[in-house]
Amino acid sequence: MARNLTFSIFRYNPQDPTSTPHTDTFVLDETNHMTLFIALNRIREEQDPGLQFDFCCRAGICGACAMVVNGRPGLACHTKTKDLPDNITLMPLPFFTLVGDLSVDTGTWFRNMAQRVRSWVHTDKEFDPRALEERMDNALAEEIYELERCIECGCCVAACGTAIMRPDFLGAAGLNRLARFVLDPRDKRTEQDYFEIVGNDQGIFGCMGLLACEDVCPKHLPLQDQLGMLRWKMGWAGIMNLLPWKRT
Amino acid sequence: MQTFQTDLLCIGAGLAGERVAIEAATAGFDVTCLSLVPARRSHSSAAQGGMQAALGNCAMGEGDSPDVHFEDTVKGSDWGCDQEVARLFCDNAPIAMRQLAAWGVPWNRVVPGKSTYFKGGKLFEKEELQEKEGLITARAFGGTAKWRTCYTSDGTGHTVLYTMDNRAVQLGVVVHDKVEALSLIHDGENCLGAVVRCLKTGELRTYLARVTLIATGGFGRIYRESTNAVINDGGGLIIALDTGLVPLGNMEAVQFHPTGIVPTDILVTEGCRGDGGTLLDKNEHRFMPDYEPDKAELASRDVVSRWMTHHMRQGLGVSSPYGDHLWLDIRHLGCQHLATKLREVDEICKNFLGIDPAVDLIPVRPTQHYSMGGVRTDKDGLAYGLKGLFAAGEAACWDMHGFNRLGGNSLAETVVAGMIIGAKVVTYLQNHHVSFPTGLVRDTTAAQQDRIKRLISGKSGRENVFAVRNAMYDALMHGAGIFRNGKDLEACVQTLQEVHARSEKIGLRSNGRGANPELALALRLPGMVRLALCVAQGALQRTESRGSHAREDHPERNDRDWLVRTLATWQPGASLPSLTFEPASTVWSIPPGERGYGGGKIIPATPTA
Repeated sequence: MARNLTFSIFRYNPQDPTSTPHTDTFVLDETNHMTLFIALNRIREEQDPGLQFDFCCRAGICGACAMVVNGRPGLACHTKTKDLPDNITLMPLPFFTLVGDLSVDTGTWFRNMAQRVRSWVHTDKEFDPRALEERMDNALAEEIYELERCIECGCCVAACGTAIMRPDFLGAAGLNRLARFVLDPRDKRTEQDYFEIVGNDQGIFGCMGLLACEDVCPKHLPLQDQLGMLRWKMGWAGIMNLLPWKRT
Repeated sequence: MQTFQTDLLCIGAGLAGERVAIEAATAGFDVTCLSLVPARRSHSSAAQGGMQAALGNCAMGEGDSPDVHFEDTVKGSDWGCDQEVARLFCDNAPIAMRQLAAWGVPWNRVVPGKSTYFKGGKLFEKEELQEKEGLITARAFGGTAKWRTCYTSDGTGHTVLYTMDNRAVQLGVVVHDKVEALSLIHDGENCLGAVVRCLKTGELRTYLARVTLIATGGFGRIYRESTNAVINDGGGLIIALDTGLVPLGNMEAVQFHPTGIVPTDILVTEGCRGDGGTLLDKNEHRFMPDYEPDKAELASRDVVSRWMTHHMRQGLGVSSPYGDHLWLDIRHLGCQHLATKLREVDEICKNFLGIDPAVDLIPVRPTQHYSMGGVRTDKDGLAYGLKGLFAAGEAACWDMHGFNRLGGNSLAETVVAGMIIGAKVVTYLQNHHVSFPTGLVRDTTAAQQDRIKRLISGKSGRENVFAVRNAMYDALMHGAGIFRNGKDLEACVQTLQEVHARSEKIGLRSNGRGANPELALALRLPGMVRLALCVAQGALQRTESRGSHAREDHPERNDRDWLVRTLATWQPGASLPSLTFEPASTVWSIPPGERGYGGGKIIPATPTA
């Protein structure tokens, strides 16, 4: 019953002049409830202490451990070996800068995205510590939370056809982030303001509709719905832009 | 080598670090945050439950006030907290929650009308008031007199951290991620910044700052089994301790949670037992009623954890490749209940264990969960021992938790402390100036460079970094886990001293180039063992049981001798921490008394007539 698993893992350390990109093979005996988190840690401790990979919360909440598992981007922490064949191939996420082996730099890209979509509530209101909080309908709060569940793992952009051809594409994560603020009544930006950010091929009109982003999203976010909603709204805002008397 | 200069250097970019950063940035100061991971991956994001603040908006929170919150917090701490700090916290928590609402947190809100809820497996009805519609609502948590815990579904930490980081981006707070601080730079009087290793390139950098803040979270990863993220290795505490000047407070106060799943120690909620789940041993015998006939599985967290450990020590645990465990049985609650009321548990079982809790038993064991101890600060967040050094959040011993932390108070502490301490940092920055002696900076950096060279060359020795770490795990779990006694603690301290000596003789097996993970652990491990020794030595000295610290040989809470906080410093070259003690609180708004749960004998502070 117990299997021997063969892991083929991409190796390359850009900081080591003697390193070249290649694949290393490791064999492990499978144990009950084994996940890739357990397997990779065992490989590092028992076979190759220099193996680079990222885990943080190891509970599917932080998004650190995204990698390409047998050809498909996903979170390694909740990938169980029992759902995989005997041969497991692990590659780093494409699109992001490689740090080494399975580790990539998602932080730089996502912070840049936050700056591009100006990812904060835009308001003139000053916070008054003596006043009651502004009221909000609970159903709306829950709707905002649904979009805010993105964990910035990067799977959606790593699986995106447009992102591969166009490195400045905001990707599903960026468009979803903007959709979250479009929904939020605390944010006083107008549709024209949003159009300035995403009304172009780097944003909403770059998407080719291949749907891979939603397929691989480990949080099952409705990414395509957001994209569709934004494209509709921005398309309308774009038309308004063309009408000289609507421009102000 | 790169050198950066800033007004405020926050080591750690989780909720506490970023909240302090925001306060300083708002006041116009330059701020740089350092983080082991991208800021939004910080362990703050993992908190699901919520944040306590006495808003009193929901029906079950009616009549709540900071006074009631204060009483819960002091009792929760087993009278180990600083009551002045607990008061500051409770008074400011409502403001902090409202401010988060203004910044964009999608808090769950009051929905007027009748609804039902469960308590002790029984169904009750409540009615929310029309006039409160749309205000921030709250849920129940253990040890609280009112429903006070503000939440966004089961993703409170996530939404608050994302909102906080959004605010930080808006204010131009710089975050350098994938870096690790190796040493503070100080002249014996002032803290002047830190020497830092880049975890993308392996290169060293120096950061010079007028104020340095330590906000690196808990140090749970010195234990083998911990619910903490893998980054929670106490890095900030280590660099503070290594100054030889800054004491760590109450390091022996470590909270364990009864139901971490095996093998990965992810937490499944107390709600499982609250809703009627039972604990079984290897014979599938329900053992808790044997020890606690009255409360059984619903005794307090520490009590259940203690009995589980005791039962496994009797040889009644289930053997597994990952060590012994017990079973949590929620099969009888039914699919419907699991899919709705325990949805998160259902998902954890399916996603991480590949089992269905409706038909399978869940493997669980008590797991390290929270560190009440940390860098000892005054009520302003200023660390003892060095000027210009502050600490906040779980990394700090501020100290509102004393010897046991209430659920919902830790996440709230990050933002409330951040708000209060941030204001103090601003005042400090407005009034204090320092100069940076280049020789000192060069020497501090050279010392770290030398450590790295020795590890790579193998000149220090040939010890295997993982073997030494495992030896630390074994010693701690055996001696300074849930149950403690003098004999085992003495052995633990002795073993850890040997492990400490070994940790100084590690040699790498890999080449150590670039972002090498073996080198990262080798650099950190001696400090982790020193933290372990602070825990064990503090626990050995403290001959009483208080909060989460349970001595089998001293089961009573001893207010006569131990109403004090332990302060641990580490002199350079020492093999043990030096311990001193200070009064637990400077004010006693609530004099020591019964907690109202947990039981146990109390030796009073002053003999009663």
